[in-house]
Amino acid sequence: MPSLELLLSVLDSSVRLAAPLVFAALAGLYSERSGVVDIGLEGKMLAAAFAAAAAAAVTQNAWLGLCAGVAASCTLALVHGFACITHKGDHIVSGMAVNILAFGLTVILGIAWFAQGGRTPFLGSDARFGALVFPGADAVAPLPLLGPVYRELLSGHNILVYLAFACVAATAWALYRTRFGLRLRAVGESPAAVDTAGISVAFLRYRAVLICGVLCGFAGAYLSTAQGAAFISGMTAGKGFIALAAMIFGKWRPWPVLSACLLFGFFEAGAAHIQGVSLPLVGAVPVQAVQALPYLFTVVILAGFFGAAVAPRAAGKPYTRGEH
Amino acid sequence: MCKTFGAVRANDDISLALAKGKIHGIVGENGAGKTTLMNVLYGCQRADAGEIYINGARRSLRSSAAAIRAGIGMVHQHFMLVDNFSVLENIMLGCERGMFLGANSPGPRQARAELQRLAAEYALHADPDALTGDLPVGAQQRVEMLKTLVRGAEILILDEPTGVLTPQEADDLFRILRVIRGQGKTVVLITHKLREIMAVSDRVTVMRDGRVVAVRETEDTSAGELSELMVGRAVVMEYSAAPPRDSGAALTVKNLRVRDRQRVVRVRDVNLSLRSGEILGVAGVAGNGQSELLEALAGMCKVDGGEIIFHRGGGEGDGGGQGEAAAGSSPSQLRAAGIAHVPEDRRATGMVAVENASHAAILGYHCEAQYRRGQTPRGIFFDWPFISAQTRRRMDEFDVRPPLPEIRAAQFSGGNQQKLILAREMVREPRVLLIGQPTRGVDIGAIEFIHRKILALRDQGSAILLVSVELEEILALADRIAVMFNGAVVGETPAAAADEKQLGRWMAGVRDES
Repeated sequence: MPSLELLLSVLDSSVRLAAPLVFAALAGLYSERSGVVDIGLEGKMLAAAFAAAAAAAVTQNAWLGLCAGVAASCTLALVHGFACITHKGDHIVSGMAVNILAFGLTVILGIAWFAQGGRTPFLGSDARFGALVFPGADAVAPLPLLGPVYRELLSGHNILVYLAFACVAATAWALYRTRFGLRLRAVGESPAAVDTAGISVAFLRYRAVLICGVLCGFAGAYLSTAQGAAFISGMTAGKGFIALAAMIFGKWRPWPVLSACLLFGFFEAGAAHIQGVSLPLVGAVPVQAVQALPYLFTVVILAGFFGAAVAPRAAGKPYTRGEH
Repeated sequence: MCKTFGAVRANDDISLALAKGKIHGIVGENGAGKTTLMNVLYGCQRADAGEIYINGARRSLRSSAAAIRAGIGMVHQHFMLVDNFSVLENIMLGCERGMFLGANSPGPRQARAELQRLAAEYALHADPDALTGDLPVGAQQRVEMLKTLVRGAEILILDEPTGVLTPQEADDLFRILRVIRGQGKTVVLITHKLREIMAVSDRVTVMRDGRVVAVRETEDTSAGELSELMVGRAVVMEYSAAPPRDSGAALTVKNLRVRDRQRVVRVRDVNLSLRSGEILGVAGVAGNGQSELLEALAGMCKVDGGEIIFHRGGGEGDGGGQGEAAAGSSPSQLRAAGIAHVPEDRRATGMVAVENASHAAILGYHCEAQYRRGQTPRGIFFDWPFISAQTRRRMDEFDVRPPLPEIRAAQFSGGNQQKLILAREMVREPRVLLIGQPTRGVDIGAIEFIHRKILALRDQGSAILLVSVELEEILALADRIAVMFNGAVVGETPAAAADEKQLGRWMAGVRDES
């Protein structure tokens, strides 16, 4: 069944391409649910991708790379938090500054440290996150349908992919079943209610921003040490913004956000598969047109064509006691 | 207790003693320092000097959390509720009892049990699973009170609690407050409505200019004495109304329908008529379509259906005046036709707060030739010396203090801002004046002045549509009263025949049976 194989292969790469989006979109979810708008997901991912690849290249250890990536991303997250929470700055301006800073800094440090034109050294298999093959994957392969699904779709991804999906469940639980989640949702809607309940608005928001940093760190490390095998300048290529779109499309809720990320992953995977394929009426689809699809879709979503997305009410508004 | 903001002594050596198990009223004009005092008590602001004792023990209330621990609960004027939370979630916020909030965790279970207990003890009912934002304001206020009681408050502070309630809802609130008092708790009621203080409090503290000017046992005082103490002089709020001079129809509204941006119907099939030389008061609890009605009439929002007709001339009786359809006219077209508008939100819509007062004094009429250099409509430069001099004259005429056209509009008090805008709209003697919340956030002295100006304009023959959520204001000024509920006019009556109970029923949406 070649069509099943094709479908499985597209779905398989959808999952793989969706994983970093899931991390980044959840990162944005935490931040924005707390009331801090974050368009700096892209920059944090980029910084993390660079730090992870650089550390992994030096230490030859993917896990140390991941730690470095998370550290870099958290640093930028705290800068954003310091500007937006402590100094009540404009969230968009600060987020954009993070993006610009990350883009410039990764290139300059890359050239200074590795002298490969901004690239980091190619990582061997030890320094990357390799595929995990589930037990019995080959044994069940002959089974109709279930076999290939188990072998191709479920098994054979790197550990970060599984972690990304686990994060969705963890976020859903944390948001609706814990004290932190209750307060997080409250502070993004009505910081004054949180403040008058005797809870520190700033501390809550800093925690959310830090979680955002950690998750962006995972997303960035995924790009350079799991999906790829080195850092290339600008390698996030707008994924941070696509994640932002997925977060909005998923209406700031964990499970719908996952669906949105998978949809974007599917677009990207599909685009790779229909490149060069001749479609009826249209003829051969230009590569560029296909590659532009996810971005076009992002613009369409962010422009609000799919019904008005209702953001957390206090998102983007600095909280000052007595002014609301 | 002392607290200064820059050069302003918001609280100047205040001493206040609250007796346990009493309802204590605090009255004062805007800016008298009531809110600052309460913010200090609730730990939102730190006093510069002074001490707080609770049950004889000195407490330092450095944060809201400390105030809550000390047994102080506050119901703010603007509710501190998360609209998209269930009532239960709002109650739990800040006192969750543990990290985890699954359906069987102690937090949600105890909060539910607590709600049941309080419902029985205080007759404070709230459905724990209802979405807070969907509840009527009265119910939201009950949730706020439940929040404080669940946290074990012994001293309950309510800041202007009746501003958003119908008279019946307010009565219900007072009944609950009496029950709370009966349970040995202390209630502090901050308000500017003296009638309510007289109805429910045991003792009153009057504040003026950051000081306590008097403490009275409620039974030994009167509303008249209190208002004199608040303002520092006698205030007459009853106006001898000259009978309206009927000189023909000025405005007819037929089946007007307005939807907001979310396509929700805000004004549904409203029919109104307004005659020259009369004031039509539109009453109702805030948010029942009065604002949208006013905006539609002033050309500020799109009309979805129906007709708005401003009659030209007049004096020819019903339907005789030559009509001009106005739905779709822009605010500047309307202004040119003699339809003036004093918007509800004076800071946001009525003026540009960061510009100086002379800008505010000509805004909307700035295209008139008199303001251009060379006095020609084609002049491209403003004649600032002229504008400034004219503003100065109007400031004198309308008692705007300080009478300085060059200072920023934002620096005037609410009452003076309003007088500045009124001057702008009234000096042209409009055929129709649309006016919303003319005295919101305005102190008593200025209220009296503004009311007299409105009545004087009516006596000159203008037709005035007055929208206000202050029923007392409507009763004091209007010749006819219409009450809106949920976008529709529920009832209409001549002011002379108005009965406050009846108006309250209309405000709650109860139509007359006929």
